[in-house]
Amino acid sequence: MKHFISTHSIARVTAVQLLDTTADMADVRQRDVKKLPTLRGKTVANVFFEDSTRTRLSFEAAALALSADVSTFTAKGSSVSKGESLKDTVQTLESMGADFIVLRHFDSGAAATVATSGWVDAHVINAGDGTHEHPTQALLDAYTLRHRMFGLEARGRDLSGVRVVIVGDILHSRVARSNIWMLSALGAQVTIAAPRTLLPRDIALWPVTVVETLDAALDAGVDAVMTLRIQKERMNDAFFPGAAEYTRFWGMTAQRLSQVGSHTVVMHPGPMNRGLEIAGSVADSERSTVREQVTNGVAARMAVLYTLLGEGQE
Amino acid sequence: MASKVVLSGPDIERALKRIAHEIVESQRGRHDLVFLGIPTRGVILSNRLAELVNSIEPQTIERGVLDVTMYRDDLRTKSTRATTPTTIPASGIDGKTVVLVDDVLYSGRTIRAALDAITALGRPQAVRLAVLVDRGHRELPIRADFVGKNLPSAVDERVYVQLDETDGDEMVGIR
Repeated sequence: MKHFISTHSIARVTAVQLLDTTADMADVRQRDVKKLPTLRGKTVANVFFEDSTRTRLSFEAAALALSADVSTFTAKGSSVSKGESLKDTVQTLESMGADFIVLRHFDSGAAATVATSGWVDAHVINAGDGTHEHPTQALLDAYTLRHRMFGLEARGRDLSGVRVVIVGDILHSRVARSNIWMLSALGAQVTIAAPRTLLPRDIALWPVTVVETLDAALDAGVDAVMTLRIQKERMNDAFFPGAAEYTRFWGMTAQRLSQVGSHTVVMHPGPMNRGLEIAGSVADSERSTVREQVTNGVAARMAVLYTLLGEGQE
Repeated sequence: MASKVVLSGPDIERALKRIAHEIVESQRGRHDLVFLGIPTRGVILSNRLAELVNSIEPQTIERGVLDVTMYRDDLRTKSTRATTPTTIPASGIDGKTVVLVDDVLYSGRTIRAALDAITALGRPQAVRLAVLVDRGHRELPIRADFVGKNLPSAVDERVYVQLDETDGDEMVGIR
């Protein structure tokens, strides 16, 4: 694997291998000495054209934990405001020695373009491109879910038979897209619950079941509920009548949590709109994996960096 | 290329017994052993050696598995290797005598990586190395404390170890 751009059509064996490597990285994070020498002498450039807290810090922590040097570029206050193109920006970073380019960009397809255009030789990791994909988020979510479901028995397993409901703004969500491909590749059953206005037009072609209401999805039995953030910054139109109504129909409330099985976990990629798509009490409950997801994100990104380092898959 | 059996099943058993006796002798009464096997076959040999040492001089022997993949120096030139979990005793390895166990000692680079991995896990009182076969051709100043069989080999020859648990057979061969 040279780049990590998408989870679309990822092979199940590749996905399971990434999850197992993530598990080994997570073990290292538990030790007194949390650092590995694996990327010593390599440089990871974080190139962020969009705002981010956890993804950028998570990639930084992952690169540092593998002993890489890290340089971080954010579009604000850079030459982008002087009109520098994406091509010139990534070539400049590679000229300064970047071996890995971690790219977040507001245009769907930006990471794929950098990886395939021949602009740079560096490994490219997609850290979110527009409304398209966010593959490392899907990896950390799948890892968190597998760990919660199977604990010490998790190694080598896929997610066959695990039932996941993804609720909320599917239309604008790169997290939803990457998760749907990843979870399907691992054999999970994915159900989508969303207002029709927030469903993509081609949803019928996706490997998912679409239900009309969140309650219907929950009543059918579920192992994990993935709540998505309502992305006010991407919404130029009125997609639903109001926040209160959204919460009433699509919010993960304490009432809805009590209506599902006691093993069911609630996931959220962050940042959360507490009280909108997820109730504060649900986010802070033991059933919530929000903090674990952040912790596992570092291990997942270490696994991706490590996997790209080798020249090819074994 | 012609294949030749160097050690049979009973030969392997005898070699491990002798190593176990040598380990007990080197202990001089200290009972602080931690056996760390290097995957895959080093782990099996490590478990067998721990049993043998315990049968010679009964004592509590702690065991673990040491994955050295992330510490290798050839990661950027070879295809991606799968990692395996590292497990060490809950009480750690500080102040103890670690016996590293591997099947074949060759360039010494795996052991160099193992020593780095151990350093990240703690500070043992001493680290010893036990191998079933030493085939020579060292590229680093590393030697084994306990050797089952010294096997002079050519660089283009392949030494292979088969054990019941992984291969359904017991032998060391060269081809």
